[in-house]
Amino acid sequence: MPINYYIFLSVCLFSIGIVGVLTRRNAIIIFMCIELMLNAVNLLLVAFSRMHHAAAYALDNSTLVGSEAQIFVFFIMVVAAAEVTVGLAIIVMLYRNIHSVDINFLNRLKH
Amino acid sequence: MNGMIKYGYLIPLLPLIGFLINGLGRNFLSKKISSTIGSGVLILSFVCSLLVFNQVTKPGFNTQVLFLFDFIKTAGLDIPFALQFDQLSALFLLIITGIGSLIHIYSAAYMHEETEQHYARYFAYLNLFVFFMLILVLGSSYVTMFIGWEGVGLSSYLLIGYWFSNNNYNNAAKKAFVMNRIGDLGFLLAIFWMLSQFGVITYTGVFAEASTMPLSAITGITLLLFIGAMGKSAQIPLYTWLPDAMAGPTPVSALIHAATMVTAGIYMIARSNIMFSLAPVSQNLVAIIGIATALLAATIALKQNDIKKVLAYSTVSQLGLMFLALGVGSYTAGVFHVMTHAFFKALLFLGAGSVIHAMHHEQDIYKMGGLRKKLPITHITFLIGCLAIAGIPPFAGFFSKDEILTAALEKNVVYYLLGLLTSLMTAFYMFRMYFLTFHGNFRGTEEQYHHVHESPAAMTMPLMVLALLSIVGGWVGIPTVFAEDAHRLSSFLAPVFTGVHHEAKAEHLSHSLELSLMAGVVVLIIVSIFAAKSMFAKEGLTAEKSSSFGKLLENKWYVDELYDKIIVQPINHIASFFSRIIDNKIIDATVNGVGKLVQFSSRQMRLLQSGQVGSYVLIMVVSIIIFFIFQMFWKI
Amino acid sequence: MFAAVDNFPALLIWLPLFGGLFSFFLKNAQQSKTNAIIFSASSLIVVLVSLFFSGKEHFLLNQVSYQWLTSIGSNFGLILDGLTRTMALLTAIVFFLVFLLIPAEQYKDANRFFALMLLTQCGLYGVFMATDALVFYLFWELALIPVYFLASIWGGEKRIRATFKFFIYTFVGSLFMLLAILYMYNKTNGASFSLMSFFNLNNTASEQYWLFFAFFIAFAIKMPLFPLHTWQPEAYEQSPTPVTLVLSSVMVKMGLFGMLRWVLPLFPLAVKYFNTSIIIVASIGIVYASLVAIYQDNIKRLIAYSSIAHIGLMAIGILTFKQIAVEGVLLQMFNHGINIAALWIVAYMIEKQTGITAISQLGGLARRAPVLAIFMVIASLANVALPLTNAFIGEFMIFNGIYQFNWMVAAFAGLSIIFSAVYTLNMIKNVFYGEERTALHSFADIKGVQILVFVVLTALILLVGFYPAPFFKMFSDSVGLILTKYNS
Repeated sequence: MPINYYIFLSVCLFSIGIVGVLTRRNAIIIFMCIELMLNAVNLLLVAFSRMHHAAAYALDNSTLVGSEAQIFVFFIMVVAAAEVTVGLAIIVMLYRNIHSVDINFLNRLKH
Repeated sequence: MNGMIKYGYLIPLLPLIGFLINGLGRNFLSKKISSTIGSGVLILSFVCSLLVFNQVTKPGFNTQVLFLFDFIKTAGLDIPFALQFDQLSALFLLIITGIGSLIHIYSAAYMHEETEQHYARYFAYLNLFVFFMLILVLGSSYVTMFIGWEGVGLSSYLLIGYWFSNNNYNNAAKKAFVMNRIGDLGFLLAIFWMLSQFGVITYTGVFAEASTMPLSAITGITLLLFIGAMGKSAQIPLYTWLPDAMAGPTPVSALIHAATMVTAGIYMIARSNIMFSLAPVSQNLVAIIGIATALLAATIALKQNDIKKVLAYSTVSQLGLMFLALGVGSYTAGVFHVMTHAFFKALLFLGAGSVIHAMHHEQDIYKMGGLRKKLPITHITFLIGCLAIAGIPPFAGFFSKDEILTAALEKNVVYYLLGLLTSLMTAFYMFRMYFLTFHGNFRGTEEQYHHVHESPAAMTMPLMVLALLSIVGGWVGIPTVFAEDAHRLSSFLAPVFTGVHHEAKAEHLSHSLELSLMAGVVVLIIVSIFAAKSMFAKEGLTAEKSSSFGKLLENKWYVDELYDKIIVQPINHIASFFSRIIDNKIIDATVNGVGKLVQFSSRQMRLLQSGQVGSYVLIMVVSIIIFFIFQMFWKI
Repeated sequence: MFAAVDNFPALLIWLPLFGGLFSFFLKNAQQSKTNAIIFSASSLIVVLVSLFFSGKEHFLLNQVSYQWLTSIGSNFGLILDGLTRTMALLTAIVFFLVFLLIPAEQYKDANRFFALMLLTQCGLYGVFMATDALVFYLFWELALIPVYFLASIWGGEKRIRATFKFFIYTFVGSLFMLLAILYMYNKTNGASFSLMSFFNLNNTASEQYWLFFAFFIAFAIKMPLFPLHTWQPEAYEQSPTPVTLVLSSVMVKMGLFGMLRWVLPLFPLAVKYFNTSIIIVASIGIVYASLVAIYQDNIKRLIAYSSIAHIGLMAIGILTFKQIAVEGVLLQMFNHGINIAALWIVAYMIEKQTGITAISQLGGLARRAPVLAIFMVIASLANVALPLTNAFIGEFMIFNGIYQFNWMVAAFAGLSIIFSAVYTLNMIKNVFYGEERTALHSFADIKGVQILVFVVLTALILLVGFYPAPFFKMFSDSVGLILTKYNS
């Protein structure tokens, strides 16, 4: 499959994520949108990795060139998981405090 | 280096030791001990001075410099701390330590009312003064002279403000110090000029090269030196501190503000005679300022009623005459008058002190009168002083004043006439004071009259010694019209005054003219004395009602008020303007303004931070998009 | 990295640093005072001993260069030469006397107070001894920060505002200096911060111009030089008097010292180019500050403005780059430190007993406190540079140099000699003389250790005024070294 399809898919997912972050007020949904963006990037990384690897493999079938990018993906997934843990904890605490997960109420930083 | 001069450092050291003992021990020394120490060190110092003088008078004596240590020696500057012994300094040594000793003895009795602490403090100050005065005349360079110069100013400040609870006295002390400082700045600049011109500052070094220097430099240096002399010796325009300085105890006025310190300016110019002789402009200025001061002060003295104020203005006037002598190039006459003036003015001040002491601190001569019976010794000695200052032969003042007038006539007849006028006024106001004090009827209260008593021996003894000196003191300078080579002072001082152009002597006055002028002057003086007698020796005199001109004189030509208006007040106004407006409103406000600007702009920037997560994300996304667009179109 | 402490500079740094840190852990006020006295006394002893080992053969004792931040090319370089010795002596004496003088109970949390004072002392030694620009900058700030805390914790009513202004003002100034240091660092051959490598840089005239200004602003604010002086009266007024004493007696000398150590040797072209204009401004500043001092009613502000005038004169002396003037400045830096310390102690004594700093509310104290009055008069006379006091020697040499530079500047700046007499005598008159005020009847004279402190200060005033030769011997050569680029 040409790389273009993956790129388009990633861009779509990423844009959906951005629009979601920008338009929604529910913290949980925003959170999910952020995950969506991260995964869009992951998808792109995997796709490019595969492409580069295939190109290198054609010349030398013992090479690992290109496959490092996939380590990034794991890395991102781990960080995302950690982030989700912390983020969800914050949201739970928020809900306990202000009984809402609406981010428009969260403007305390202003003061 | 031999004889006494080898130990010449003892002369200033002894008063310094006296100062330290009295100053540090003022809490445990009894009055007797502190006065003994105070006077004792000075008498010792006088004995040393006599020995030095004796050595200096020996034939074949050459100037000797006693090197003590390097004062400032670095970076091309070499100022030794050394004492110079020659005819001029030896003469001043005798005047300072001699009269100083008498006044110390006098003070021991005069100040007896003080508590032990203050009594010792008084003697400490007095000794400190003598120390600095001796440094002033003994120093072998202008810097050493300057040390003494400012030092005597300090002691004068301390002694004028000796009774420090009285703020008027403190103000007088401050005024004296500040006015002297104005002069000192001139002196200091002269020193710097000399250092940059000659590279040395010792007398020998400077005078050796003076004749090779450009006239402008010599003129500038001498003018600046003269500014210094104006301050110290109370000449126009810096004379107003001296009358105020009478706030100090009377013996202090006698020692510092009549006999010694105020003559420092004359000493300085006499010392620098080589340079002054090279600078006719400066010399003329010295003469003009001198005669103007002499005249102005004499007019003021005519109308003063405070016994010490009369003497103070008379001092200013006499100092003016001395400067006239220096200005017309007769340095010997100037120094001669310093000497005789020291005798009779110290005598007059101490006599006035004796009167004030007897009258319980009454100083208004209109509240005195007829005291001659009650104070016989004071009366006789005071009369001798008055005769001496008036210039009646054969009293001391006659010879020195005559020499000044003769020298003035040789230079310019206007100087002579003004000098003569000053002498006549001097005779008049001195005898006005004398008659008001000792003749006529007593004008004070009954109670005062009963308490009037002759002063103790410790006070009258110095009076008698000074009276004797006021009689014979002039005989060392008998003019050549009477006897050839009888002017022993002149030949004694000749080695110092090498700068005097002897060719000027060629146009000497003829002897007959000089004698007839002398006789005429004496007659005129006697006339003015009798005028004073007829006006002020009457019974039942009351304070004069003054005409408008009299008022002007009584108020000292309003010079103090004028200075206040044109100098003191503007400076205060400028100070307050600088402090309140420029410092607070402009400079500090600018500094604070920068701070406020930062605070203001941060407050504006803070508005961007709304706290809405959504808006932050939006800004982030928009920024990224802009960044991408930039990336695409302008390949950074 | 810090090997054996077997030399004077390292000892001087470590003694107060260690003493200061130790003091934080002390509980008792008296203990912390004793601790401070011990450490400052031992550093005074080190300085005094070092005076006898100043020859070239004792090179190793007076100079160190520890390996420090080798990766960026900074060495912990310290030197004890003629310039430094003078200032270290002043620092050691002043701190020792201050510690002797402050009663342990005067300030609460005495342990912290003394600790911060000792840290300030450490910073000052560092500034004076550093031969490495980064070390210099470090100590420059190290000396500033404890003072900020001292003033803002134990200061007067408006202390927060005053100390904030003081801190920001001086800090902003020093950032310019940091910028210049980094610029020169990048230019050096092989990345070094040392004074020597900066000295060997051949900066062009235009580079020197801005580098000069970057340094000069930092130093001019610290001195302070008119018109950058307005932090000073406020800070002096609001700081606790012992801190003010340290500030004006030693800390403002950092600016002058920086001029001598860094600006004069490094930027000769710029100094020659700008000195006339700066000297004109500074001489206006001298007369200005003297006049403002005449108007002041607060004794602390009066001394502050008097100090501004005197420091301005020293700055002019430096910028004339005449050997005689610079030597005079160095001597005068020491003298001014001693004299102003004495004045501050008098102000401290008065304030401690009466709580009054307004001159117009005082009067007649000489009757109650004759001993204090005597010391005050001596200190004041030194302040007006009367001959045979120390300041006369210094100012005489400075004026002499200024006169050689330009006689008009000397004459104009000389006006301050007159004005200084006016405000100083006014102060004496209004505080000590005149009618005694009933409110001050309980005023007690100084005694014991206070007299000792004054005796030491007075002895220094008179001894240096009478026989300054040892000082010239101490720093003449060093001054010659910093002026090498001017004499060729």
